Amino acid sequence: MSTAATATAPPEGAPKLVTGRSLLGTAWMRIRRSKIAMVSLAIVILMVLFALLAPVLTAIEGQNPDATNTGPDVLDAFENPGLPLPGYMFPSAEHWLGVEPGLGRDLFARLAYGAQVSLIIALLSTIVSVILGTVLGAAAGYFGGKIDSVISRLIDLFLAFPHLLLVLSIAPILQSRLKDSPLAQGSFVPITSLVVVLGFFGWAYLARIVRGQVLSIREQEYIEAARSFGTSHLSMILKQIIPNVAGVVLVYATMMIPTNITAEAALSFLGVGVKDPTPSWGQMLNAAQQGNWYLNDPWFLAVPSIALIITVLAFNLLGDAVRDALDPKSSRN
Amino acid sequence: MTSFLSVKDLHVEFPTDDGLVSAVNGMDLSLERGETVGLVGESGSGKSVTTQAIMGLFKDSKARVSGTIDFEGTDLISLSENRMREYRGKKIGMIFQDPLSAMHPFYTVGEQIAEAYRVHNQVSKKAAKEVAVDMLGRVGIPAARSRADSYPHEFSGGMRQRAMIAMALVCEPELLIADEPTTALDVTVQAQILDLISGLQQETNSAVIFVTHDLGVVAELCQRVVVMYGGQCVEQAPVRTIFREPGHPYTRGLMASMPALSDETGRLKPIPGSPPALLDLPKGCLFAERCEVAKLLPEGLCREERPLLRIHGDHEVRCHAHERGLLAVGGPSAAGNMKGESADV
Repeated sequence: MSTAATATAPPEGAPKLVTGRSLLGTAWMRIRRSKIAMVSLAIVILMVLFALLAPVLTAIEGQNPDATNTGPDVLDAFENPGLPLPGYMFPSAEHWLGVEPGLGRDLFARLAYGAQVSLIIALLSTIVSVILGTVLGAAAGYFGGKIDSVISRLIDLFLAFPHLLLVLSIAPILQSRLKDSPLAQGSFVPITSLVVVLGFFGWAYLARIVRGQVLSIREQEYIEAARSFGTSHLSMILKQIIPNVAGVVLVYATMMIPTNITAEAALSFLGVGVKDPTPSWGQMLNAAQQGNWYLNDPWFLAVPSIALIITVLAFNLLGDAVRDALDPKSSRN
Repeated sequence: MTSFLSVKDLHVEFPTDDGLVSAVNGMDLSLERGETVGLVGESGSGKSVTTQAIMGLFKDSKARVSGTIDFEGTDLISLSENRMREYRGKKIGMIFQDPLSAMHPFYTVGEQIAEAYRVHNQVSKKAAKEVAVDMLGRVGIPAARSRADSYPHEFSGGMRQRAMIAMALVCEPELLIADEPTTALDVTVQAQILDLISGLQQETNSAVIFVTHDLGVVAELCQRVVVMYGGQCVEQAPVRTIFREPGHPYTRGLMASMPALSDETGRLKPIPGSPPALLDLPKGCLFAERCEVAKLLPEGLCREERPLLRIHGDHEVRCHAHERGLLAVGGPSAAGNMKGESADV
C-alpha cells in the first residue's frame, strides 16, 4: 500500500507538476508513479481486452467454446473415459490451452468467453450496488431524521443477513421462476439473477460509508450557501454532495469488482450460478470438480483458477492504489 | 405602516439532549427598501440565527421557529420549504463570512455563479455563464472571462468575497443579508468590499441587513443599528444616535471595548463575564449578570423582571435603568453621576 504512494514533491526547478486542477489528475499521476499500480492496471486492461476480444481471439485460434471433440483421437476411451489424451490435455498449437475432459471443448475459448461472463456479472452487480449504496446512503445522510432511521436499519438488516445462505436459496428460485419466460433463452436468466442477487446484497456497506461522509459534508458552509441560493434537494444531492463522495465510491467500486468476481465463481462453483453450456470461470471450476476430473487432469482446474487469482489480485492491488492515490495524506509516508 | 421586512417576536429554539436551547428570544427587526441596517452583537448573541431564520434555513430541521417574519406582506415562517426556495437567492440573497468554505471546492467560480442564476432562471448553461462573467465584471474582478474558469482556492481572499457577492446578487435579490462579510478579510480589502456592497445596493435599491461585530463598519455603512444580546433586540436607533447617546449598558460596553485612536490610556475595556447560557435563560434582564448599572436599581429588579423594548421616537431601548431616565444623557462616562440619581428612585 505504501509502495503505491510513492508520489513525492517535484524536484526543484522542474515545471509545476501538480496544478491542483483536478483530484483525478493528481490521482492518475500518483498511480502512474507506482509500479504495482501500473502492473495491476495493465493486467486488468488485458483481462478486459481478453474478454472483449474473445470472439476475435478464438477465431484466430480457429476454435469455438461450444464445439465438442469426443473422438477417440482426442479423449481417452478406455482407461479413464473422457480424459484428454496427452497431446490434447496441455497447450498446443491447435488448442492453445488444451481441451477439457468429458466433452473435449477448447479450454482457451471457454476461458475467454468465461471471462466475458464473469467480468460482466462482476461489473453489472457492482454498478447495481454502487447506485443503490450511493443513493440510499446519500439520502440517509442528507435528509436525516426518519429517512435516515429507516435506511440505517435496512443497512443493519442487510449487513446482518447470512448472505451466502440467502443467495444459495434465492438464486435457484429466481432461476426456476423465470425458466418459462421468453427471457429464458440462453444464459440471460442465470446471469441476470446473479447480477441482481450480488448487486442487491452488496450495497449496504457502501451505503453506510456514504452516509457517514454525507453527514459531515452536509454541515459544510457551502451546502448552506447553496441552500441560500434556493437550490433544490435533488440538485443539492446530485451536484453538491455526490461529487464529494465520488472518490470513496470509486475506491469501493474497484474493491467490489474482485469481490463480485469471486462471489460469482463461488456461486457458480456451488451450482447456483452460471450453468453449462455457458462458460464462466466459476462454472469451469465447477466442471473440474464434477466427476473428480481434477484428480487426473489438474490442468483443467488450474486454468480457471489461475485466471481468477491473477484477475482478482490485480483488481485488489489496483483498488489499493486508487485508494492511496485519492487519499491526500498518503503522499507523506 | 407595513415595512418591507418586519420581524416580530421571533423565537428560534433548538431541542438538544440537554434541553431546549433558545438562540433567539423575541427578536424584533424592521427594514425599509433601500435601507441598510447593522445587526450588532457579540458571538452567540443570535445574529446569525436570526438571519438564517429569515432565509428559512430552519425549515425541515428540528429547530422550532415562531413569531412572524413579514416580507412584502408574506409571512415567511408559514411558508413551506418548497415555497421558501423561490424566495431564497431570488428575493433574499446571502453573503457568507468565509467565502472559501461557502463555495464548493469542486466547481469553478463561474460555474457556481451560473448555477445560482439557473436555479431561478430557465436559461441555457451558456447564457448563464455569460451572466456569471458579466456579474464577475460588475463586482470588479479583472479579466472576468478567464477568471470565471478558476476554482475558489485560486482566488485571493478579497477576490473570493467579490465572487461570493456576485453569487448572492446574480438574481438581484431585493433583500441582501451580509453575514460578517468582511471579518475574514484584511483591513484594506475590507474597505473595498464595503464600497462594493453599498455601491451595488444603490444600483439596485435593495435592502441590506449587515451582520457584524465591527462597530466601525456599522458607522460607515448603515443608516440604522440593531444591537442584539441573548437573542433579543436590546437597542435600536439611527446610527448617529447609537454613537452619540447609546442607551443600553450593553451598547456602551461594546463601544468601550472597541479600540479608539484617540484613547491615550491604551487598554481596552472588555465587558466582564460572558453571554447568558441559552439553555436556561434568566427570568429577568438577560444582561443583568454583567451589567454595572443593574446594582444601582432597586434590589432584584433587573434579575426578576424582563425589561420591555421602550420606544423613544426613533430610539428603542430594552433597559430598566434607561426607562427610569438613569441613562438618558451622556456617554459611558455618565455612570459616575448615576449614583446620586439612583437614590431618588
